[in-house]
Amino acid sequence: MLLLIPLLPFLGFLVNHAFGRRLSKPAAGGVACGAMFGAFVAAAWSVWSLLQMPPDARGIVQEAAPWLESGALSVPFTLRLDPLAAVMVLVVTFVGFLIHVYSTAYMHEERGSEYARYFAYLNLFAAFMLVLVLGANFPVMFIGWEGVGLCSYLLIGFWFTKQSASDAGKKAFVVNRIGDFGFLLGMFVVWSQFGSLDFQEVARQAGQLPPEATFGAISLATLLLFVGATGKSAQIPLYVWLPDAMEGPTPVSALIHAATMVTAGVYMIGRNAVLFSHAPDTMAIVAGVGVATALMAGTIGLVQNDIKRVLAYSTVSQLGLMFVAMGVGAFAAGIFHLYTHAFFKALLFLGSGAVIHALAGEQDIRRMGGLRRDLPVTYWTFLIGSLAIAGVPLLSGFFSKDEILWKTFSGGHTVVWAVAVVASLLTATYMFRLVFLTFHGRRMTHADHGDPSWSPGSSDQGPHGGPGGHLHDAPPAMAIVLVLLAVGSVGAGYVGVPAVLGGSNRIEHFLEPSFRAPGVEHGAEASESPAEARAEMVLGREATGEGGLAHSGEGGHAAPASEGAHDDHATELGLMAFSSGIALAGIGIAAYFFLRRKAAADRVAARFAGAHRVLLNKYYVDELYDAAIVQPIKRTSERALWRVFDAGVIDGAVNGAGSFVNGASAILRRLQTGSMRAYALSVFVGVVLILGYYVWR
Amino acid sequence: MVPLGHYLILSAILFATGTIGVFLRRNVITVLLSIEVMLNAVNLAFIAFGRTRGAVDGQVIMFFVVTVAAAEAAIGLALVIALFRHRESLNPDVFTSLKW
Repeated sequence: MLLLIPLLPFLGFLVNHAFGRRLSKPAAGGVACGAMFGAFVAAAWSVWSLLQMPPDARGIVQEAAPWLESGALSVPFTLRLDPLAAVMVLVVTFVGFLIHVYSTAYMHEERGSEYARYFAYLNLFAAFMLVLVLGANFPVMFIGWEGVGLCSYLLIGFWFTKQSASDAGKKAFVVNRIGDFGFLLGMFVVWSQFGSLDFQEVARQAGQLPPEATFGAISLATLLLFVGATGKSAQIPLYVWLPDAMEGPTPVSALIHAATMVTAGVYMIGRNAVLFSHAPDTMAIVAGVGVATALMAGTIGLVQNDIKRVLAYSTVSQLGLMFVAMGVGAFAAGIFHLYTHAFFKALLFLGSGAVIHALAGEQDIRRMGGLRRDLPVTYWTFLIGSLAIAGVPLLSGFFSKDEILWKTFSGGHTVVWAVAVVASLLTATYMFRLVFLTFHGRRMTHADHGDPSWSPGSSDQGPHGGPGGHLHDAPPAMAIVLVLLAVGSVGAGYVGVPAVLGGSNRIEHFLEPSFRAPGVEHGAEASESPAEARAEMVLGREATGEGGLAHSGEGGHAAPASEGAHDDHATELGLMAFSSGIALAGIGIAAYFFLRRKAAADRVAARFAGAHRVLLNKYYVDELYDAAIVQPIKRTSERALWRVFDAGVIDGAVNGAGSFVNGASAILRRLQTGSMRAYALSVFVGVVLILGYYVWR
Repeated sequence: MVPLGHYLILSAILFATGTIGVFLRRNVITVLLSIEVMLNAVNLAFIAFGRTRGAVDGQVIMFFVVTVAAAEAAIGLALVIALFRHRESLNPDVFTSLKW
């Protein structure tokens, strides 16, 4: 059954890839959507049977085939569904299915064979993503890990005839490869350290060790794995590919670069929670990188003018928040945010896709405005998505983001918390800047296209060359998806209502077993072994007097903690109110600058022209990488490797061999006189010499 | 019975005669004839050995050699005719164009 989940999209890929050009568009789209829907049903069925199991022993394992067998190394192709994988599988198949449906409308103007190619890639991506999520050991996960990178490349460069799209695809691939290299190295260290690559086995062995006080093998392994995560999940220093990835079709941005693939890094850390919690140094680095990324991307997002790029930086920023959660040991909170984020970020991207679709490829928000009336469905769903991501109370983003902030604060990481709060203020601001500039205000006419500053390169790829004057709202297939995702953005958070608001944070308890070493009993008995108790502390920081969990969790903690619990509840409520205030303040700032006083925004930009320019140019990171890495590599390749080594040494050796033979033959060929009798003489002399040698030896 | 040594001496003389002919004659046909002489010198040696040892092997090999010699003569003469048509000469020193 588990195998069916990735297999169905893969079959869809095969069908569309092999016969796609002969299928009609509805057939190609239908195959792809059907495959995804089948995967969703299979996933739902599997998760349902998972839920029937006792909470502490939830796990379905399917060993599909033996795979690598070599000496002590034994890596079967095993799929395992545990609570963590269950959340991911449902998100990937459900959001993936919706985006497939959306794509049938969005890509409708593609030619038939292109249309099938698009859906083939999309299905292949889903198959790899599901392998990544379900893989029970590092190598199987790595298949998916590499596969999604490949599909990302194929889909970013889908319109490969456009130079910028094909460049962006290559950039994504290369940057991802750097991270993958780290992942591989991390895998090697894990293998040499634990002699196993199975996640549970590694976790079991790591769980018996004390957390590393100094930088040791586990820290090294986790740090290398984290390098892989920064590549896939677009964190500093490898985030640069994600904004450029917006060259791909918008549904691809929604599926791969917002909802699923980029979360792989977060998921991988969650999958190795036990390992990471034994490496406090790495955890600190993870949290630091996360919060730095969140802040940096948030500030860049504030001034970008391309609707999809704003969303891309927002994704980077939100992923940063997830890494903060991972870094402070709040794995469940991070995964929770991942899950809610998948809904509202997919919604926002698809909403932006609907806008772009309606405006025939326009992506610059300065040329939009006043679209509220023409695109009501898009507007309202986009608004809901923005409210959710901003963290307005009672929407999904609020619960998850607040959970992260609270865990960060209660874990004692005050600085990280403060920066994360600033980042969420920025989130609210840039999201509503987007909303106000796109949907409110004065309607920009399409006559603007005559503007000399408008260049085709900056807009979406030409496939939506529909009639320019008439604005049409999202077609049914797109509208339904938007509405469904909007419902998800509102409701998805209610599985994780924190205890302080009267909920029981069910998702956290559901996920809990995935972050524990298998075989370690949870609760009071665990503290008998000091190592496990310590692991537990780092793990979730539940033990740090946090009553909110205790009273709904294992009974053992509740009685002594009740005194402190009251204070904590007050603090948590206070923080919650504070962060809600922050969200509203962000919206307020956006409203002031971009709705009421547009001139004020320009004035501020002019006042801080230097800072504005730096932000507009994304901190010159691309330029920095270009100068520090790309150009030196190019120069070394050209000057040293090509002109000296390749042209000199390698070509020299080959050509030298040739000219040596040439020169030697110039002398030797004199022997070939063409005279038959000379040849006969040489044969005769040869025979005499050989015979003579044997006779007089 | 003539001792083996006499046969071998005769064979050697024939072989030397043929070899000298191959090297010194300036007519391709004579060269071919000299080769025949060399082959027959070898045949003689084979038969002499076979007779001395009381085995038929020498005679068997002789038949093979005669067969090959016949084939060689046929091809050789055909080549000679072709060469003659080409160059109006039978002197082997004329045919030296097959070289670097």
